[in-house]
Amino acid sequence: MHELAITQNVLDIALEQAEKYNASKVIKINLVVGEMSGVVDECVQFYFEFLSKDTIASDATLSFKRIPITAHCYDCDATSPLEELNWVCPHCHSSNIEVVGGRELYIDSMEIE
Amino acid sequence: MEIKVLQDILSANDRIAERNRHLLDEKGVFALNLMASPGAGKTSLLLETIKRLRNKVNIAVIEADIASSLDADKISKEGVTTLQINTGGDCHVDANMLNNALESMSLDGIDLLILENVGNLVCPAEFTLGVDRNAMISSIPEGDDKPYKYPLMFSVANAVVINKIDLLPYVEFDFRNFSRGVSVVNPKAALMQISCKTGDGIDEWVSWLLAEMKK
Repeated sequence: MHELAITQNVLDIALEQAEKYNASKVIKINLVVGEMSGVVDECVQFYFEFLSKDTIASDATLSFKRIPITAHCYDCDATSPLEELNWVCPHCHSSNIEVVGGRELYIDSMEIE
Repeated sequence: MEIKVLQDILSANDRIAERNRHLLDEKGVFALNLMASPGAGKTSLLLETIKRLRNKVNIAVIEADIASSLDADKISKEGVTTLQINTGGDCHVDANMLNNALESMSLDGIDLLILENVGNLVCPAEFTLGVDRNAMISSIPEGDDKPYKYPLMFSVANAVVINKIDLLPYVEFDFRNFSRGVSVVNPKAALMQISCKTGDGIDEWVSWLLAEMKK
């Protein structure tokens, strides 16, 4: 349900950027979303269609780049994406790990015209 | 034309959180954001905290719920300043809601402000508020797998409080599994076991809170 607030922010930033570049249309918004953020792509898509009506972003495509949860292993020193969230190091299977990535939530780039 | 944006989606929220931070600092208020799933014991822990601290520090409480003022009614009976905010359907408090609340209440003379966030293990974790500390409660009946299922919430908490330990004779709960989950996402979190029903561990929680307030 926090997707509504997140989508409103995506739209606000996209429209602000479009205005800055004097764009007449937003074609695509490239989002980067970490797996830990709990953001559901379909939800954002659904809210976006609703919120962007009557704006220059109404036909924009949303692209989601999902970033896996990444952990550092204190035993073998590797930093790697976690497989299937089993919370052990994929290399040495140690559970002496710490999550270091997967919280990303930002707009990377946009296509405008 | 492609343009680089590289902007955090919640940057507008973060800017308001920064304003909250300044406002709280200016007034010398220590603010705690208390989060948990519905029924984990947020209001119960608040009541226990008020009981033990009201003669030592000046407390104010912001109760956030989707609807109703049931919790605020309970808290205001304890004689502390209480403000109820209804999020009107939103599953979390964002920095702007907290800002409106802070602007509408008198913070003069308040030492400790506790925000009881909306009962939810997902959304509240996503929104920075500008408070001093985040604490979360996870209760025994919810199970020991919660840190693995809701890693973001556990990763933002400065303290993780396990409530309802009086139910341990009746419910399966593996503390080792739970604490490993917490340490994977948040090795620095303080971990405490309490029971709001029997009072076990509440003193330790209150000591933690007082120590953090002095930092």
